[in-house]
Amino acid sequence: MNTQLLVQLLINGLVVGTLYGVVAMSFVLIYKASQVVNFAQGELLLIGAWVCWWLLTKYQVPFYLGMPITLVFMFVFGIAIQVVILRPMIGEPIISVIMVTIALSTVFSAMMKWMFGVNLQPFPRVFNTQNVNVLGLQVQTVYLMSLAVSLAMIVGMAWFFRLSKYGLAMRATAFNQQVAQSLGISVKSVFAMAWAISATVSAVAGVVVAVVNGVSAGLSAYGVKVFPAAILGGLDSVGGAVLGGIIIGLLENVAHFVDSEYLHWGNLYEIAPFYALIIILMIKPYGLFGTKDIERV
Amino acid sequence: MLEVRDLHAYYGKSHILQGVDMHIDAGEVVSLLGRNGVGRSTTVKAIMGEVPPQGSIWFKGADIAGLPSYRIAHLGLGYVPEHRDIFPGLTVRQNLMLGIKDPRRAGKWRLEDMLEMFPNLAARADTAAGVLSGGEKQMLTICRTLMGDPELVMIDEPTEGLAPLIVQQVGDLIAEIARRGVAILLVEQKLSIAMRISHRLYVMGHGRIVFEGTPAELKANAAVRQEWLEV
Ligand SMILES: Nc1ncnc2c1ncn2[C@@H]1O[C@H](COP(=O)(O)OP(=O)(O)OP(=O)(O)O)[C@@H](O)[C@H]1O
Ligand SMILES: [Mg+2]
Repeated sequence: MNTQLLVQLLINGLVVGTLYGVVAMSFVLIYKASQVVNFAQGELLLIGAWVCWWLLTKYQVPFYLGMPITLVFMFVFGIAIQVVILRPMIGEPIISVIMVTIALSTVFSAMMKWMFGVNLQPFPRVFNTQNVNVLGLQVQTVYLMSLAVSLAMIVGMAWFFRLSKYGLAMRATAFNQQVAQSLGISVKSVFAMAWAISATVSAVAGVVVAVVNGVSAGLSAYGVKVFPAAILGGLDSVGGAVLGGIIIGLLENVAHFVDSEYLHWGNLYEIAPFYALIIILMIKPYGLFGTKDIERV
Repeated sequence: MLEVRDLHAYYGKSHILQGVDMHIDAGEVVSLLGRNGVGRSTTVKAIMGEVPPQGSIWFKGADIAGLPSYRIAHLGLGYVPEHRDIFPGLTVRQNLMLGIKDPRRAGKWRLEDMLEMFPNLAARADTAAGVLSGGEKQMLTICRTLMGDPELVMIDEPTEGLAPLIVQQVGDLIAEIARRGVAILLVEQKLSIAMRISHRLYVMGHGRIVFEGTPAELKANAAVRQEWLEV
């Protein structure tokens, strides 16, 4: 057995999986607040990555400025999506809103292709050193950065939902809109805030992926991975989404290992997470951490 | 402080409120009594904007009829709905924090005071509120609304289904609210607490106010009690 490859793939899985977890978390945020399944999550990553890339390459903005500008832009962009496109649909069935997010996903991805082309664009170098030594293992700097950023996002989100006024308001709104409103919470601004934060967090993930792999339309594929991750975690559990993401990341890489060493089927790592998802849902129909009332989905 | 004139409300085609008139002054304790289904909850819901109201509702000189309820809450009108709707997944402390409308302003009620007043809540401050008993949930919903520092609080059937000892405690809390100068509109079916703490009472029947007066006047009026209150 090729142990070195296995270790390398497991680290890979952990790093990518944590990133999936972050994206899944931002997806769950919208779902939890408004029961909307956002099919345009991957495009939010893509837009964030392109905006940052554009600032850095076209205007030579340094990364430490380009990144915050991107995040502010995405925050406002998230609010704009909610206010301009989704708010007029309040009172319509949830399924119509979900259809609209599918449309948004198509429109955004077409727009990105039109504006930035279809080719992979390398991201400007952010770090000077390529590799660092961690416990005798050579690890790419960007991998460490990815893991650190993901963990920071996760801790930040945990803080947000436990202790911040907006985070609590979001959970209260998710549970009972009428009671939340009678306590002075504006449901409209809670929804707008959910989209704003979700878009911002997704953009962080998008930029991280871009720094590692460059930017291309393929980046929005991360949006597809949130489904198994979030469903695995139970759709309405933020912690579950993170764990779901890590599991999917590890599964992919273990499948890749098994495939390349023994089976040679070629694409096992792409489908393995979905098989695992089906099996887990057969055992635990509400996901690992879900509550019963998401049955209607 | 609150002035309701010719208030009508409908659920679909059924005409539930058929011209309700009432008023509450600053610091006053007023009860709204009546049998099941006469429209007491609908009255407070219409005032709060949860049921579309027709007619005029003035609060502190502003016309609030039809405003969204979060705006009404920010004007200083507190509402404790029936059924003790706490947020079960949140801790007791988080439930209380949600009631705070303006963290910069110190109001009449502080979180620490609340926990001191209710040792049962303090002991479970950091556990999920879903595990509380009915009486504790009722205290929590009232305290949660008080955290927003309302000038008038409408409390819908706080004693329904509670044991006599707990009813007593709810009564004490309501008396404490009044003592701190907050006006109260208490919706009740039982007469006990209402008679004890109210300055004035309204009796409702079939979507209208059928009696208005002091506890002593209601006590003296056997006809009203027989026709509209006693079962
Ligand atoms: N959501 C609703 N849809 C349709 N009808 C309703 C609704 N809520 C209440 N009603 C009806 O409106 C009438 C008044 O209801 P309301 O809740 O105001 O009564 P109440 O005086 O508070 O009495 P109680 O709380 O004891 O039921 C009742 O006949 C009730 O059946
Ligand atoms: Mg009622």
